[in-house]
Amino acid sequence: MTRSSLAGRWGYYVTGTALAILFLSPLLWSGWASLRTNTGFGLENYDRLFTSDNGIRVHHVVNSLTVSALTVAGTLLVATLGGYAFGRFRFPGRDLLFLLTLAILMVPYATILIALYVLLGWIGLQDSLIGLSLVLIMFQLPFSIFMMRNSFEAVPRELEESAQVDGCNSVSTLLRIMLPAVKPGLITVGLFAFLTSWSEFFAPLILLNSTDQFTTTLAVVNMRTASHGSIDYAALEAGVVFMAVPCLLLFAFMQRSYVRGFTSGALKG
Amino acid sequence: MSTLTPPRSGKARPLPAPEAARPPKRFRRSAARSRAALGALYATPTAVMVGLFFLVPLVLVGWMSLHKWPLLGAPTMNVPDNYTRIADNELVASAVWFTVKYTVLMTVGLFVVAFGLALLVQQRRRGVGFLRTAFLLPMAVGFASASLLFLGLLSDEIGPLSDLLRKLGVIDGYVSWTSGSSESALGSAMVLVLWRFAGFNMLILLTGLQAIPLEVYEAARIDGASRWQTFRRVTIPLMRPTIALVLTMMITGSLLAFDQFWILTRGGPDNSTTSLVMVIYREAFIRLDLGSAAAISVALLAVLVVFNVIQLGVLRRRS
Repeated sequence: MTRSSLAGRWGYYVTGTALAILFLSPLLWSGWASLRTNTGFGLENYDRLFTSDNGIRVHHVVNSLTVSALTVAGTLLVATLGGYAFGRFRFPGRDLLFLLTLAILMVPYATILIALYVLLGWIGLQDSLIGLSLVLIMFQLPFSIFMMRNSFEAVPRELEESAQVDGCNSVSTLLRIMLPAVKPGLITVGLFAFLTSWSEFFAPLILLNSTDQFTTTLAVVNMRTASHGSIDYAALEAGVVFMAVPCLLLFAFMQRSYVRGFTSGALKG
Repeated sequence: MSTLTPPRSGKARPLPAPEAARPPKRFRRSAARSRAALGALYATPTAVMVGLFFLVPLVLVGWMSLHKWPLLGAPTMNVPDNYTRIADNELVASAVWFTVKYTVLMTVGLFVVAFGLALLVQQRRRGVGFLRTAFLLPMAVGFASASLLFLGLLSDEIGPLSDLLRKLGVIDGYVSWTSGSSESALGSAMVLVLWRFAGFNMLILLTGLQAIPLEVYEAARIDGASRWQTFRRVTIPLMRPTIALVLTMMITGSLLAFDQFWILTRGGPDNSTTSLVMVIYREAFIRLDLGSAAAISVALLAVLVVFNVIQLGVLRRRS
């Protein structure tokens, strides 16, 4: 091995390690800070997170879980049916509807949330977790529909046709034959919907008014914004860890399928 | 647009069955029609969601911008007061200036870092998987949580940064990174966004890099191109669509910045880090004037749509 390529390899590993430490250290620090107390280490900060006056409550966590479950289920349902329709059928208005769905990406949601706030009030879904979930599902659609359309298009046509020859009707073809074939796409879409809805801040901030309806993210941020005097930073970091751990675990387990789905599906076409 | 007539086999998806085995034409046509109906049925939930929660609000925000629309109580038309008042709103003027400045700085910084990371982890070699995971992991943390994380990290109370810099002798005394001065507040937000989004953009750039066939590099090497020449003349031109996508997302994301300033800097000191979306929120829910918030939204929307159209046009012409 030549001297310059050896130096290059060393340079690569030193730079890489230094950058990795830089990127990982905030995460490690927040875990450490959330456990550190005046006397050593313990769970006191987590205790304060759940018991102090403007801390979070169990029903905030339940609210978050409700919104995430509704958003993931709704996104999977709408995107599967829509992706199947766009990927495998021709019908009047198909391309227009597909373009309109993608246009959601072009109209950033901060600009229409004020109108959504008024609209949800009209249909009786003001300050409601269901209303919030519906809005979050809509924002997930461009990515999810695109992803699922590509997944369905990639399934060999013969598979579907042989199922129909065997006497499956359309719905059972979709459920028994097509869904298993598009599983990687479903995982990516579901994971993305969960990560977004679990951590979303701006939409709940606008659409939820009463502290009873707050999601965990809102409640934790409220510990910072509602405090006029000193901020309880240690409890805040406990809140950060509490919010981040489910996402980090999911991401770590599913990174491979997530990245693969993302690179093969989202950027094609 | 697809047409109303059912697709004929030659133009659309070819049927695998040979000509002789096909059912009679009339039967085929009605089968195609019922298949179209089925497709439309499957697309109905999408149509309802897009119509009700995207198209209606889009029209409504325009309609609201023409009215005096209090948070509670009946709206009254007041064209074009909401729009003329934007020009008089000093906070809007400073927020526009700040948002543009932030967008330029953030896009340049984020692009350079993300591209650097993508080049670093481009080749398969030992340890590269660990590096990719390390850079991607911040992406799993919600942006609001990440903002709170950095609020603690940069604070003097529990954050390690100030202690570290004091020991190194870079600073002395008390420094408030997130609210001390407008420069350090902006810098804090930028470090936060870099940490949170560099990995995500790296991932997209990486897919673009890996789509370049190895033969192209091989040919450049045989022609005697240096590394820099290869990068300038081969990598960058072939990456153009991916670069355009990444830049569009960065610019749009920065123009709509909210969480990082709302949580980390509270828009301060003295409103110097108040972004446009923060002004929209303030108009609507603190000043309780939804009409004014809608008018600013429409203006922002118009700018973004024009920007996206130009962007698409440039992209299409070049590719």
